[in-house]
Amino acid sequence: MIEAKGLTKRYGDKYAVEDLTFTVRPGVVTGFLGPNGAGKSTTMRMILGLDRPTRGSVTVNGKPYADHRTPLREVGALLEARALHPGRSPYHHLLALAQSNGLPRSRVLDVIDAVGLADVARRRAGRFSLGMEQRLGIATALLGDPRTLILDEPLNGLDTEGIRWVRGLLREQAVQGRTVFLSSHLMTEMAQTADHVVVIGKGRLVADRSLAGLVAESGHSSLEDAFLGLTSDAVEFRPATTTRNGSHR
Amino acid sequence: MSVVRAELTKFRSVSSTGWSLLSAVTLIVGFGILYSMVRVTRPPADPAGFDSVGVSLSGVQVAQLAVGVLGVLVMTNEYANGLIRTTFAAVPRRVPVLWGKAVVLAAAVFTLSLPAVFGAFFAGQSVLSAEHLDMSLGQRGAVQAVVGAALYLSVVALLGLGLGAILRRTAGGVAAVIGVLFGPQMLTGFLPTELADDVYRWLPSPAGLAITTARPDSTLLSPWAGFAVFLLYAAIVLALGAWCLRRRDA
Repeated sequence: MIEAKGLTKRYGDKYAVEDLTFTVRPGVVTGFLGPNGAGKSTTMRMILGLDRPTRGSVTVNGKPYADHRTPLREVGALLEARALHPGRSPYHHLLALAQSNGLPRSRVLDVIDAVGLADVARRRAGRFSLGMEQRLGIATALLGDPRTLILDEPLNGLDTEGIRWVRGLLREQAVQGRTVFLSSHLMTEMAQTADHVVVIGKGRLVADRSLAGLVAESGHSSLEDAFLGLTSDAVEFRPATTTRNGSHR
Repeated sequence: MSVVRAELTKFRSVSSTGWSLLSAVTLIVGFGILYSMVRVTRPPADPAGFDSVGVSLSGVQVAQLAVGVLGVLVMTNEYANGLIRTTFAAVPRRVPVLWGKAVVLAAAVFTLSLPAVFGAFFAGQSVLSAEHLDMSLGQRGAVQAVVGAALYLSVVALLGLGLGAILRRTAGGVAAVIGVLFGPQMLTGFLPTELADDVYRWLPSPAGLAITTARPDSTLLSPWAGFAVFLLYAAIVLALGAWCLRRRDA
């Protein structure tokens, strides 16, 4: 369970995130959507206690993240797949994290197997493809067998088989009663993965409801169209000459 | 304790730490022997005033760069690619990460440089014995100077770690550690001579190096007082680093 109340982050006089209030519930996969620069990553960093909110608060599993003594047992996160020391192997990367939270070495081997990296577990991570890095990032998130998963763009760089595998994994985690919160800019993927969506634009909440309800109410036939309709006022970067339906401004 | 184990795993699992430590050990021993050989070919006019321990430990002055840079890297390499966020997500109180790194770093530098400084001492003295300039380990101040050299290097590494935590970038951290170790001494040249001598002994590196001298040196603080001053500098930098880790967004 993730509960954000009035979450606000300001850099100088610019609001990256403004007055966000939403709840991510256990048992379903919740998608986190927004155009580039909408504040998704900032929000996720605030949830994980990495960035300090200017105002407002956010709790994970009932407590501010930083109040968890062994947070990896509560929350598994993937923020950037490339956040690895290029000279360190997946095994040692995961082992150090496990040790910092008092997790047994056997968990390291379990998650390496679970994400299919057993063959390269002792190789330096510097030469990994983005897909392999994503798998290692997912292994990192699963390490403490947490009740809550927070994943920033976990599908980036994965091939079709990898995407299908992650989708199955996330569904399974949700069915087990865990909280799954993932961001993605791939609408078709999100449509097939999420049950519920939180949509933000320019740092503000645009929608927080079931995916089916969102699409139905928008009058569009797909999540992609519904999303574009919702965020049309909130897109920061767009070619100057055309709007999304191709007509001139 | 669990954070110390985690930091030890990180420290041991990348080859750059091994290379830095190996180069430090090589510089300590190699430079000590080399400079001893130079002094044998150019013996002092007054052998009574000759600092044979200092000559055999001269490699420490060069090796401090390698350990200082290692200290910086242990912190900044986590910032280079965002790994620091994963680290802080696992240890949200953050500051234990810095202490864990400090314990592992100081222990590793001390454990490896101790045999190196003893090796440099014995090798240097045996070279110097050709001109009867050598000193035995039993003579006054010798053990303190040799062990002190290893202690000095450990604290240099901690200074680098603290600067790395404050600056977060490798280039800036390396520049800062070089600046702190060598910069202030150069600036004393701009002061009036008497004032310069008074200031010099309190500067970080000269204060810390006092413990590596076996004979009383009027230009330096007494060995342990000097080391205490150097420790204080390192403690201030580390405390500032800890404050930055807590305060800033990761």
